[in-house]
Parts: sequence; structure tokens; C-alpha cells
Amino acid sequence: MKNKFDPKKNYHETQKAIGYVPRKKAAQKDYDRIGFMSGLEVHQQLLTKEKLFCRCPAGVYNPSDIFDSELIRHMRPTLSELGEYDGTALMEFRTRKEIVYRIKNETACTYDVDDTPPFKIDREALEIAIEISLLSKLNIVGEVHITRKQYLDGSIPTGFQRTAIIGVEGEIPLKNKKVRLIQLSIEEDSCREISDVGHVRIYKTDRLGMPLIETVTYPDFANPDEVKEGADYIRFLNRSTGKVRTGIGSARADVNVSCRGGTRVEIKGVAHTRWMPELVHNECFRQWALLHIRELLNKKIKDARKWQISFTYLDYEDFEITYEPLKAARDKKYKFIAVNLPGFKGILSHFTQPGKMFADEICDRLKVIACLEKPNMLHTEQFDQIITDADMKVIAPVLKTGEKDSQIIIWGPEEDMKTALETIEERCRMAFEFVPNETRKSFENGTTIFERVLPGADRMYPDTDSKPIPLENEYIEKLSKNLPVEVSDRYHQLQKWEVPADTYTYILKKNLVPKIDAIVKDLKIDPKFTGTFFGHKVKFVEGHYAKATDFNFDKIYELFKYLKKEKMDLNIAKEMLPVVYEHPKMDFDSVLENMKFRKRTKEQIVAPIGFLKEKYKEIGKKKNPKCETDWVMGQLRKQAVGNISLHDLKSHIEKGKA
Amino acid sequence: MAEDFFQGYKGAALKALTKFNVRVWGQAEIETTRGGFKGTVLPRSENDDDQHIVLKIATGYNVGLDIKTIKTMKEVGYKKANYKIPEKEFPVTPGLPKVKLIGTGGTIASRLDYRTGAVIPAFTPGELYGAVPELADICNLTTEKLFAVFSENMGPEQYKKLAVAIGKEIENGIDGIIIGHGTDTLHYTAAALTFMIQDSPIPIVLVGSQRSSDRPSSDAALNLMHAAYTAGHSDIAEVMVCMFGPTSDEYGFLHRGSRVRKMHSSYRSTFRTIGDTPLATVSRKAGVIPIKQKYNHRRKDRKVKILPYFEEKVSMIYYYTNMQPDIIDSLVDNGYKGIIIIGTGLGHVNKPIYPAIERAVKKGVHIYMTVQTLWGYVHMFVYDTGRDLMAKGVIPAENMLPEAAYIKLGWALGQTDDPEEVRRLMLTPINDETTPREPYNGYLIYQGGVAEVEEFIRKFHK
Repeated sequence: MKNKFDPKKNYHETQKAIGYVPRKKAAQKDYDRIGFMSGLEVHQQLLTKEKLFCRCPAGVYNPSDIFDSELIRHMRPTLSELGEYDGTALMEFRTRKEIVYRIKNETACTYDVDDTPPFKIDREALEIAIEISLLSKLNIVGEVHITRKQYLDGSIPTGFQRTAIIGVEGEIPLKNKKVRLIQLSIEEDSCREISDVGHVRIYKTDRLGMPLIETVTYPDFANPDEVKEGADYIRFLNRSTGKVRTGIGSARADVNVSCRGGTRVEIKGVAHTRWMPELVHNECFRQWALLHIRELLNKKIKDARKWQISFTYLDYEDFEITYEPLKAARDKKYKFIAVNLPGFKGILSHFTQPGKMFADEICDRLKVIACLEKPNMLHTEQFDQIITDADMKVIAPVLKTGEKDSQIIIWGPEEDMKTALETIEERCRMAFEFVPNETRKSFENGTTIFERVLPGADRMYPDTDSKPIPLENEYIEKLSKNLPVEVSDRYHQLQKWEVPADTYTYILKKNLVPKIDAIVKDLKIDPKFTGTFFGHKVKFVEGHYAKATDFNFDKIYELFKYLKKEKMDLNIAKEMLPVVYEHPKMDFDSVLENMKFRKRTKEQIVAPIGFLKEKYKEIGKKKNPKCETDWVMGQLRKQAVGNISLHDLKSHIEKGKA
Repeated sequence: MAEDFFQGYKGAALKALTKFNVRVWGQAEIETTRGGFKGTVLPRSENDDDQHIVLKIATGYNVGLDIKTIKTMKEVGYKKANYKIPEKEFPVTPGLPKVKLIGTGGTIASRLDYRTGAVIPAFTPGELYGAVPELADICNLTTEKLFAVFSENMGPEQYKKLAVAIGKEIENGIDGIIIGHGTDTLHYTAAALTFMIQDSPIPIVLVGSQRSSDRPSSDAALNLMHAAYTAGHSDIAEVMVCMFGPTSDEYGFLHRGSRVRKMHSSYRSTFRTIGDTPLATVSRKAGVIPIKQKYNHRRKDRKVKILPYFEEKVSMIYYYTNMQPDIIDSLVDNGYKGIIIIGTGLGHVNKPIYPAIERAVKKGVHIYMTVQTLWGYVHMFVYDTGRDLMAKGVIPAENMLPEAAYIKLGWALGQTDDPEEVRRLMLTPINDETTPREPYNGYLIYQGGVAEVEEFIRKFHK
């Protein structure tokens, strides 16, 4: 038997060839070697009553299947202000999607579906955006110009997002460096996608039009951890105003990544900053892998310009079909096509991301551009070889395949096949030249898939429906006087208080420094204790108990105020917190009663120590004094909490006579 | 003429630009009290203030800078944008119908106008083909720009010119006509052409768009495709308005030019046939499907009557509860020959203006009554008021729409002053501007909130 090509072996060899290291083992020198570069676009919903350009309520959401009506739009590419067509626009047009919008009367109006021109911009939103721009040290514009930014994916029924720049050229501090900001814009949020199958994409319109800001950084991040640090900082800064939305989907970031010689690729809508490091790490190496593929291809194939695919229609009858998706395709009378990729042996199974190979790049584009639902292709370098040698005996002679070629098989509706073949050829041709400009969708495991062609500046157009809004000096000065303390100052404050560092993220995320400060100053409670209480106890309770809707952090201030007034030991707050969290309307006396708390004097509590020690002598298995103390503590703990500190109790037990 | 280096800038802003020697389309670096800015200086809309300079920054956004904050400006480059809709030669396909698109200045294809900040139309077949290539699969299209006026500036002069031009095209053997038109007064023009072009052997289709074609979700392209299909292929040889049926991109309606009206200030599906059903639906998949059984069929002959007449001294008054007689007196004193009154209910006005009406009729002014309700007939026998008014010489115009009545009276008076002849012209329908009966499904305004209506809306696209 001749030496058979082993795709798995090839995958691992190519992974090694590009010098891939898992993130946990990666050091700065690895990122320097591949020229890691990354920047952020952080989106944050603003806490306003109404949407940005209409008077619909903001922040009211509907389930996907609850709606009053549906309508359909098709999007067409149009020229930008400077007379250019945008690449993404043309791609979206090629996919011929029918976009369906679901409307609930309470949350969307005729503006949302582009049947009414915009109303005046929401001043509340504009003001919050200016405040955050000032906090981000941006240069505030003199006049706000509403611009239309084209989106042909249908996520906005107009086909564009109304957006405007508030400030340019700012900066945020990281631990070891400053990161420059390009700009901050205010914009309307898009629809939420319900489904995208074949040629129909369905959206709901509840979130559409809600005010959002986008903070864009320069590509100043030098490694994945810095990316997360920057994203966290921007998020904390936004939250420090107390005027932004929190909760699922209220803050999303797009991360731009490239490697040396690569291209800016945008990973869209990353909901959690903790996912970022793995995503950017993998994306950078994916680009590094694509550059390696380019090198291999250009070595193998002399004249890339002449390279082209060949294909042939197949007859289901010629094969013994066991693969279920192909059986289904046969029943639907789909077209069935084999494609030859000359010189591509070893390329399809080339490593790109953990668990992904170059063939996936083609597969993802077939789904998005040609609307072929996955699984949408088979190829000759799959680990689980579905195309058999017997199959190839039928295909090879017709396709005139060569030793160095690899093959793809696709199936689908006849009208999509032209686009599908173009898509395969186009992606392969790109492999000879560059890393394609893309936006990519992220997954929790740190990998990404193709979403769209990355749009450029050519999709901007002035909004002819609205007038520019001047921002007077006096107004800007008034706003600068009422800004919250900077996030970096709050870091330092926490450090000075000696609050443990593992609490910072939680405290800053929830904007709790002002709350801690109030408790410390008004109630004269130790800052370290208060900070730790929030960062550990409150966080724990949040993760383990059901929050009542009317609970807020002011309740904790009241709790400490009560304990101070009652001259109780503050440690009982830890016991009371779960009850307060679940039943914030209950008064604190009742909370204590509920916990079966009794007021006792120190004398009452320490009185049984002698008796208990005697008892331990009878029943205790270990004779060392520490075990004895622990046991006695266990017996008295419940009575003691709230009355005397456990530290006090312990010393009484240790002092107490045997 | 010297090139305008400071398009749209005036007063203080113009002074600032000249002081620092920075032109429009110049790439500028600007230091302000609010920090530095970099970008291309853009023209400014004439109606905006003189306190700001507009800059396009590298990310494609536009920002305005307050000239009071500007410390220095420096032009470091110059790059003028060349805004052009890509032009491709419109291909001729043997066997496809010949369709002529006549432009009047609507928003079918348009581009940005910096002077006003609004959009201006672009038009050649090449530009249209570049923007809507699907047209080439429907017909062989030629275009002619008769005039470029906004919809609100269309008037008698334009109606007459259009009618004559269309007559010529019909003579020359065209298979269908499309008229691109702004939507605001589209129904006035549609009515005018209905009366001025009679017995057309081919379809004459008026079309516009409610969202300018510089928007991705514009209705312009689909409306144009529907209109081209109707003009080239349909059997209905009438003056029609072709616009969206529902607000969804699904199908268009063909409305009779005499019974159609714009009913929403911004909706795509704004045009509705009033008091009857539309003539037909049109879609790319199913073509033209007639709703009305009776219509004028396409013919091979070229016999058409062109009647380009219009008396400009005709007015239309919308009656309101405290209307004073001097409103009518002033029309009469200013030499108006015809008045359409849009009355309340079945066609009423209040008593205080009776003397003014009498005086007008005596002076030979032709007065016709229509209704504010839009739907329904003028019925002046039901109440005394109506009978009084008729006795004073006001003539009920049946269920003619006010705008159609205004156009028709202007057209009739353009031909004769004889009251009987005018009356005959007014009350003899040319193409359903008055109908002998109102079908039960001619008036359908359903109200939201009602369970069965909500169910309907949920199921079908409005």
C-alpha cells in the first residue's frame, strides 16, 4: 500500500511548525515573536428612560415568540458620502437575505422600522455620553454630527445606524502603561437576532434604538492580559457614573486583533472580559497560521493568478451514501458537487485554531455567504474520513484530480451553488495573498468563526434627517465640574484601605467605592473590614441566593447603621446578609428574630465554658487543647455572634480554666 | 467661474477658514482649546450656523468644531471627493419591451447635496443601471429628464409638458412609460395625467420613493422594478401610481391615477386607493395581478388623446368651523374662476359664508363640493344646509377626491367657461374619479387593539 496522507498528523505538524503555544504557557516573548497587536471597541448601554431617536421605552425586552406583527426588508448597498461602495455591503447583497422584523407595539414604533424620520436626540443620553467622554480625557467636539453607518446584515431596519462622535483622542491608564483612545461615539443599539437559517434572518426590535456609547482604543495592547485589563478599566469607568445599564448584554466589546503581517480582524460582541485573553490569543495565532499557509501555497504553486478550482456535478446514484446529511440532500434533490483544489493537499488540514483547520474557514463562509446550512461540505482531509476511496474512484477521473490536490464536496439548492463555488474559490485565492479582513463571532471555548467581511470607513454617510447639535463651552464646563472620581483613583483608594486585591474587580464593576466610603466616613467602620465585606461576602451571597428586585446596596449601609446603633458585633452582618438580600423589606429586628438571635451579655455567653470543657474531656477523642478550644467555640458560636466578637470568645475559652 | 473653495461657509466660519488658509476638501490639523483634531474640511449646509467648521475624521465620522475654540489650523493636504454613482451602459436585450423613464426630479436615484444637506437626484440610464442592475432583465430602458423640480414645485406647466411629451413617446412606439416623481404631490400629477392623456394604448406608471435611494433599505429600487415591469409587461393601459402595498418589501399596488392619495407623511405604504380597491398588485415573482376586473387594455394602435389644458385661477378651500365669508370674497376679488370646497360631513359649510357663495356664483365662479372625510359621497339632499348650498349654485362632486376635483376643475376650465359644459366635464368620469357605486371593501380603516385586527396584523404584513 502506498504512503497514505494522514490529516491528523499534518494538523499537528503544522501546529508545531507555526510555533503555537497554549495561552497558559505563552510568555511576552511569544507575543513579540508573532507581533501581537490588539485594540478594543467597548459598547455600553446608557441608563435612559427612552430610546435615542424616538420616544419608545428603553430597556424593556420581549421574548422572541411574543410579537404583534412582522415586516420584511431587503437591503441594497448604496454609495458612501465619498462615493464608494463598501465591501461588506456588497457581500451582504450577494447573500440575498430576506430580513424579518418582529415588532411588539410597546417597545418599537414606526421610527424603529424606518417608516418615520428620527425625532430629536435624547438629551439625557447625550449628556451621559459627554460625561463619560470627559472622564476618558477625550477632546470634545464643538458640534455633534449625526452620521449614518451602513449595516446591511439587517440588524437595523434602516440599513444604517445613526451614530455621532462626542470626543476624540483620549487615554486610559493601565497598571504599567497608558492606552490611547481614538474616539467615543453615541449610537443606537441594534436588533437582537432570533434565527438565521438559509435565506431568512429573523430579528426582534425591542433593543433596537437604545442609546449606547462606543469607546474605541488604539491598538496599544501588547498581550491578551492587557486587553482584559483595558476592557475592565473602560467598563469600570463607564459604571462609575452610575448612569449606565448593567446586566446581560448591556456591555459588549469588539476586540480587534492582528499579528505581524496579518490584518485587522474584529471579534464581535464579547460579553465577558474574562473570555477575551483566550480569544485574542487564538486569533493572533490563527493569522500566524494563515501566513504560514500563504508561504506554503506560494512555494507549491508558481503562478497564483492562474490558480482556479474545477468542479463537477455528481449523481447520487453513483455512490453508496451512508452520511445522513447527504441522504437528506438527496431527498431534497439538492445539487451535489465535487470541487478540486489544485495543489491544496496539506492545506485543508493545516492548523488554524485549537480544534480547527483551514477547511473550516471555507465551511464558515459557505454558511454565511452562500446560505448553506452546516454541515455543508465534506473534504478529503477530514479526521473522520467520510469520503471513501471508493467515492474517490468515481470522482477523481471526472475531476482529473492530481496527487497534490485536495477535494471538497458540497450540496445545496441549485440557486445557491454559483455563490457557493465563487465563495470557495475566493477564500482559497485569498490564502495566497493575505489574511482576509473579517469580523468573527466568538465562542466560549476561545475559538471564532467567520461572521462578515470587515466594513471600512466607506460606509459612513451624513444623516440628512437631522441637524448638527452645538455643544457650548459653558455646558461642557458645567458637566466637567460634576464628574465622579476617576477609576484609577479608586484603585489607589482601595489599596490605601488595605482591602484585599481579589475584591477590586467586583467592587469597581459594581461601582461600590462610594458606598464603602460612606460607611467608613458616616459610621466610622474600618475600611478594610467594609471593603472585604463587600468584595467577599456580598459577592458570595449574590452568587448563591436569589436577589429580590428591590434590593440595592444602600440596604447594606442601613444594616451597618442599625448594628452600630444597637451596639452589636458587626460580624453578625455576615449572617444577616442572605436574609436581607432575599427579603430587603423585612426590618432588621425581624431579620434577627428570623435567625433566632437572642441578646445576651458577655457573662451569659462565657458562663458555660467551664462546663463544656469538662464535657469535652468525657467525649473528646483528641486530647490536644486546640481541638478542645475549637469544639467549645463550635458550641457557643451561635449564641456569641452579634453579641461578642468571635475573637473575644476564643480568648475567653483559651483563658478559661480547664 | 472661479471655484468655490469655501462651499457653504459664511460669516465667522468663513473668516476663520480664510484666516488660516484652509479650503474645503483640505486636510487640516486643528488645535483647539478642547484639544487637537485632524480631518478633511467638508462643505457646510447653507442653512446651518456660521459658528462651526465640519471635519471628516479618519474613522469616516463627521464632527463640527466651534470656531471660538480654534487656536490654529493648518492645511496639510487636499483631496476632493468625487461623488459619482457608478455608471454602466444600460444593456439592450432583444425581445424585451422598450420603456421610457421620464424624470421630474424625484428621489428614485439621488446623491448628497452639500449646499442644502439634502439629497439631489441622479438619473441617467447608466446611473440607474449601476444602482439597480435588475432593471436590465425587465426592459430596455431609456431616460429623459424633462425637468428637475421637487415634488412640491410640480404644477400646471409641468403637467402639460408631461402630457405632450408622453403623447410624442406613444406616437414613436414606446411600450410603456415610467414617470419618476417626488411623492408629496404624486397624486395631483396622476390625476392631471389621467385627464390630459385619454385612451392611452400603453401603461403610464408614476413612481416615487418614500426613503431616498441613498439608504440601504430604500423602497426606490423595488418601486422602480415594479414600475418597469408594469410599464413593459402589464396589460393595463392606464395612468397609474405604483408604490409599496405593505410597508414590507413584498409587492406593490397599482392605483388608478384618479382615486389615489398619499395617506401617511412617512410610511412606505403611504399611497392608498380611496373608496375603491387598487387596480392590481405587482411583484417580481408573480408580475401584475389585477384586482379590478375592468380596466383599459393595452393596444397596438397609437391613438391617444392629448388634452393639455389647465386654468391656473382655480383654488381649493378646506372648510373649518369659524370660516369667514372674506376667505371666499378674496378669491373672487382676485379673479379666481373655480373653487373646490372641501366641506364637512356630507358636504357642508356654515351659514355666515352663504352670501359670499352667492356673490361668487353670480360673478360666474364655478364652485364644486367635496368631502373632508375623503371616503364617501357628497350628499347635499340630506340636510337643509346641503339643499341651501345647492340652491345657491354649489355643485356636488360625487365621491371625487378633493385633489382630483381641483385638478379636474382646472383642466375643465382650461377648455371652457360655459357652466353647463364645465358641469358636464366635471361629472362625466374619465377614469373612475367619480364612481357610480362604492364597493363594501372600498372603505377599510381598521383600528388597532381589536382582537381580530391584531390577529390579522400578526399574520399578514401591514
